[in-house]
Amino acid sequence: MKKDRSLFLRRRITNGVMLSAAALSAAFGLVWLFWIAGTLVKNGVPAINWAFFTQLPAPPGTPGGGLANAIVGSLIVTGLATAIGVPVGVLAGTYLAEFGRKSLFAKTVRFVADVLVSAPSIVIGVFVYAIVVMAMHGFSAIAGAIALALIMIPVVVRVTEEILTLVPDTLREAALALGAPYWKVVLMICYRRALGGMTTGILLAVARVSGETAPLLFTALNSPFWTPSLDKPIATLNVTLFNYAMSPYDDWRSLAWGAALLITCGVLATTILARVVVGRIRI
Amino acid sequence: MTQTESQVALPELLIQPKAGPTEPESHDVRLEVRGLSFYYGQHRALKAISLPIYANRVTAFIGPSGCGKSTLLRTFNRMFELYKGQRAEGQVLLDGKDILAPDVDVTDLRSRVGMVFQKPTPFPMSIFDNIAFGIALYEKLPRNVLRERVEVALRRAALWDEVKDKLNHSGMSLSGGQQQRLCIARAIAVEPEVILMDEPASALDPIATARIEELVDHLSERYTIVIVTHNMQQAARVSDYTAFMFMGELVEYGQTEQVFTKPREVKTRDYLTGRFG
Repeated sequence: MKKDRSLFLRRRITNGVMLSAAALSAAFGLVWLFWIAGTLVKNGVPAINWAFFTQLPAPPGTPGGGLANAIVGSLIVTGLATAIGVPVGVLAGTYLAEFGRKSLFAKTVRFVADVLVSAPSIVIGVFVYAIVVMAMHGFSAIAGAIALALIMIPVVVRVTEEILTLVPDTLREAALALGAPYWKVVLMICYRRALGGMTTGILLAVARVSGETAPLLFTALNSPFWTPSLDKPIATLNVTLFNYAMSPYDDWRSLAWGAALLITCGVLATTILARVVVGRIRI
Repeated sequence: MTQTESQVALPELLIQPKAGPTEPESHDVRLEVRGLSFYYGQHRALKAISLPIYANRVTAFIGPSGCGKSTLLRTFNRMFELYKGQRAEGQVLLDGKDILAPDVDVTDLRSRVGMVFQKPTPFPMSIFDNIAFGIALYEKLPRNVLRERVEVALRRAALWDEVKDKLNHSGMSLSGGQQQRLCIARAIAVEPEVILMDEPASALDPIATARIEELVDHLSERYTIVIVTHNMQQAARVSDYTAFMFMGELVEYGQTEQVFTKPREVKTRDYLTGRFG
């Protein structure tokens, strides 16, 4: 049969058009990303100096000042949220993967976790406002941490479950065949095997909540000073950024750029760490 | 196994069985299966199986896929209990005591009946810890005693010379054949009486397979070994007794030499000559 040359030509053209469209789309996405990153660096870098890390915010109009309290506040709130969210999330994920499996209860928990993963974070903020802030009669660091922990838990639950599900059953059987009790198998075999993936998932969950602002507005609020205890309002980079960016003062807006850059770098660093960890932890 | 393969293999089979005493021996019975039936839900996968497993001998279970040989093996350490809807009826006596009785402690049973699986299953930890894991389940030993025990287990599994300089390397860094011997060493380390092997060489290359077979032969001096295999030559080479199963029934059981050279049952003969299966 004679080959139809026009068919090949048409295929080549279609291929060229589609490939260009795909490449252009990729470039389109990247342009915004680099634009944002570039603007951040351009405006943020001038704001970052020694005072930025060491001093408290200055009153409007006074030059200088920094975000030391907000930086520490962010670390405290995120750290506290991780301390609450990770154990609960890991244990619940372990239950789903190792014990509940196909039970009705496990299915319900799984479904609820999936819904919560995509719940708007502001809703979580309002919820914590209602049950913690109102009960404690005031905004507090602890309320902020609880809000972030609630956002974190469903993510950690699902990650833990998925990674544990990847551990082959033959490995569990092999350990059980030695006479090991199931809890030991989970603790010493399954966790060890899943360590890399779980660490990555947890770090990504931390990165995700460290960018949250809305829930903190309703819970941790803000403070221009050092926070004396966890039941008092606390400054965080995100809320400070929100407030300062809206302010009419140039000094504050400059600090807001610095805060934005710092948050972005923090998230980036966590994400990179997560990628490195998954490669490193190989037992 | 395909038709052609078995036809070619037969003459070899006929001369190959492991040389053993031709007179029926009288050994101790380590495991005795009595009227054992097994159910996956409604499906009856084993139909009233009865057979003795002799102490310090190698017993092979052969038969086509789905004949129930692995199912039978997995009742000996109650592995099936992990899964819902699987149950066994009848008796399996280990040294005269029914292991299927509800009051039997599964942990204790599994310390006496070890298992090696089809795919090597090294734990995600060092070679040393792979062995020590099982020992630590039953005994708290000082470090130096533990080291000795690990060494003994690895020596018995013919792996010591290959790994003695890298005991802290990951067990998963070993080759497939080494991993399987590591799993055998791990099973040995808890000092079981019986070792169950579920197609232990089917995922390995011929050289690694040969080493495992050699090892099985060696280990039978100390342990009672039950091996499930798809490979009839392997059964002929390593076992003293062979049970041929078909569709959940025990068709023929006897000394390996007799089963392979003078099968009593037509079905056995047909299977060995590759007419089905």
